[in-house]
Amino acid sequence: MTTESVLDRCRDLIALPPGAVAEQWKARHPGGRAVALYPVWAPAELIHAAGMLPLALLGAGGSVELTHADARFQSFVCSIAKSTLELGFQGLLRGVDGFVFSNICDVARNLASIYQRNFPDALVTYLHLPQNSTSPAVTGYLAGELRRLADALAERFGPRVTDAALAKSIETYNALRAGLRALYDLRIAEPQNLSTVELYVALRAATLAPPEEALGWLGTLREQAAGRAGRRQDRIRVVVEGAFCEQPPLGLLEVLEEAGCYVVEDDLLLGWRWFTDDVPTEGDPWEALAGAYVNRALASSTRHESRRHRADGLIEKVRRARADAVIFTPAKFCEPALFDYVLMKQGLERAGIPHLLVEFEEKMWTFERTRNEIETFVESMLFE
Amino acid sequence: MPPQVAERQYQGRVHERSRQLMSDWMAALGRAEAEGVPTGALMISGNCVELLRACHILPMFPEVTALQNAIRKKSLPLILKAEQAGYSSDNCAYVKADIGLFLEGGMGPGRPIPFPTITVCNYVGCNVYVKWFEHLADISGSKLFMLDVPFARTPEPRPEDVQYVVSQLRELIALCESVTGRKFDIDELREVLAHAARAEDGYARCKDLCRHHPAPFDAYFDAINMMGPINVLRGTPEAADFFEEAVAEFESLAAQGLGPLTEERFRTVVEGPPPYPYYKNFRNLFTRWGAVAVQSTYSTVGGIWEWGFRHDPRRPLESIAEQMLRENLTNRSITARYQQIRRYVEEWQADALVIHSIKSCRLFSAGQGDMRDYFTRELNVPTLLVESDLEDPRYYAEAQLKNRIDAFFEALEHRKLVAAR
Ligand code: SF4
Ligand code: SF4
Repeated sequence: MTTESVLDRCRDLIALPPGAVAEQWKARHPGGRAVALYPVWAPAELIHAAGMLPLALLGAGGSVELTHADARFQSFVCSIAKSTLELGFQGLLRGVDGFVFSNICDVARNLASIYQRNFPDALVTYLHLPQNSTSPAVTGYLAGELRRLADALAERFGPRVTDAALAKSIETYNALRAGLRALYDLRIAEPQNLSTVELYVALRAATLAPPEEALGWLGTLREQAAGRAGRRQDRIRVVVEGAFCEQPPLGLLEVLEEAGCYVVEDDLLLGWRWFTDDVPTEGDPWEALAGAYVNRALASSTRHESRRHRADGLIEKVRRARADAVIFTPAKFCEPALFDYVLMKQGLERAGIPHLLVEFEEKMWTFERTRNEIETFVESMLFE
Repeated sequence: MPPQVAERQYQGRVHERSRQLMSDWMAALGRAEAEGVPTGALMISGNCVELLRACHILPMFPEVTALQNAIRKKSLPLILKAEQAGYSSDNCAYVKADIGLFLEGGMGPGRPIPFPTITVCNYVGCNVYVKWFEHLADISGSKLFMLDVPFARTPEPRPEDVQYVVSQLRELIALCESVTGRKFDIDELREVLAHAARAEDGYARCKDLCRHHPAPFDAYFDAINMMGPINVLRGTPEAADFFEEAVAEFESLAAQGLGPLTEERFRTVVEGPPPYPYYKNFRNLFTRWGAVAVQSTYSTVGGIWEWGFRHDPRRPLESIAEQMLRENLTNRSITARYQQIRRYVEEWQADALVIHSIKSCRLFSAGQGDMRDYFTRELNVPTLLVESDLEDPRYYAEAQLKNRIDAFFEALEHRKLVAAR
């Protein structure tokens, strides 16, 4: 496989609505079940260990017209929540058997139960992911919460997740995450050899495919990107922060690069890379996964971490990626991203790191104003 | 044309007494710093104020400060100040008003509102709480305690949920002890909880009296006078006494067949917080139609007492945990709220549901279009949905609201006439 053929496959996959992704997989796995995971993090390994296909549920981008969901959610609610519900109304989630939401924000919380009311046949589970990061009780509690999810799946769909299966799935996802970390590292080292659009397309496709298959794509991409000898251009290196839930249109990522940035770090699809290193594979796998959530998580706007100031995780990212600046990209109306923006921006200012704010909506389709803003920002940095 | 119904100037002792109690508490807060009394910031929803009280920490509630500033029409400059500092126009304006107060110099050492000694984030339902208290701890430098209360996602809280909250409550007690230097006394907590249960009883009885025709008070606009005592002062003997007086007063009104208006023409259930910057104006839009709220969801953000739950001095920490987990509106799903409203409509015999959709508060509002769909289509309950904000006066468009409200009650009147024929 070449990079191009991998990326073509990935582009095809991400162009499909989640229901079609699920149906395609089921055609190859008769009797299988597909469970969609709303951002940011959900235990994909657990779904995998039950023999099901975990896949990301990321709204509809600009691909559907809101005809029903607009009457359910007001104008001041983010687009991903509306378009996710709309996918359901338009039958584009048919084939998806279960849904996992969690307490990332009040909108997602309400979406979970409204989805259930409108689609009573679907299995909708709501995970409580702890916001207390230091209590000695927290890991055990979360392990119990993971078991509750497994029980709900077993009760509805049959297969029970064994410890051995979960341990094995953790290993598989460790490998997937290591593959992603390697690509991210490669981009930090040689950003001219791996564009953010390429990386994002592969990552996004990895959230829709069985991990074993996605691993192959990531490997090909890494090998071939490492062999490229691109010429480094006069661009600034930036960290993109705030797009961890609603997905920015590809056009926006393209514009970021065209306007003179190398994106060297980001929080796109953060939940699929969630851990700083491997989840331990010895001992009780439920405790291991829960413990990793509590103690080995990347900084995230939807998780409170009392051992570290909000801005510190971002500043560390900037330093590690040798970035020159941060571009904040909160989705319009995204409460967690917009709140964090303030503390993070203050922290960056204290540390002397320049930043720019660029709001987006998934359905945005013209980028000229954004391009101008970024170009002006880049120029101000290059010619300072 | 609406009939000319007016408010009966009845707001007897309840209103006055509540004001008095709340001012005493504010005054104590104002003195706390000088007197060396440790303070603890807390959120309203499903709070554990009893625990702070038993630990001799004076509770303070940034939400109450924010709403008081809105009622006094002081919120906009504070919100603008916060927006200048980078807060988005789309963020909850309660938080902005609070941060704006700090930026304006109204909060902090030597100011009317002190910095809290500890910041206890009772994360009960609202995800903005986590952000708000992270920011408050950041500006005040106070120790932040994140009390993680699992969202109600099973029919009943599981023993694991209760245990998890109880273990955190124990950690909170240890933190309080380290702040005050006083040993925690479980018997003192039991005593506080007994006062709390007495207040809860009283509040529930008041709300129950609104089943009367006419209801003796407006369970949305007047309930606000009771929300301070029940959510902020719960656990004090004064709050418990307050509710006993309130019950007596409302019982007497009910016996005389008196309500808050000269005539009760429509009985409504109201969902969502009120627009504090235009409280009176908003109320008047309903008063002129003779519309009285006989129940409201907002009055249960701190706790739902009308279904019988009470803090239990025999199971002090467990019952605090259960209340935080289950017995408040905020920690329940929006569709569980549909069922709460449904009971209100049926058991309190309401004619209509009024949804006041708040831009700031997505916890309440995100998805209220679905709620309207449920009540109108599935239950055939006439439902009005209007939008503004609880803190930011820029979102209150009176002419538009008036048109919607008038049109709704005209139609409701027509419906009543047809039904009567
Ligand atoms: S985009 Fe932001 S506000 Fe919307 S569901 Fe995601 S986290 Fe919540
Ligand atoms: S979102 Fe709602 S409940 Fe949360 S702080 Fe704001 S007004 Fe209060």
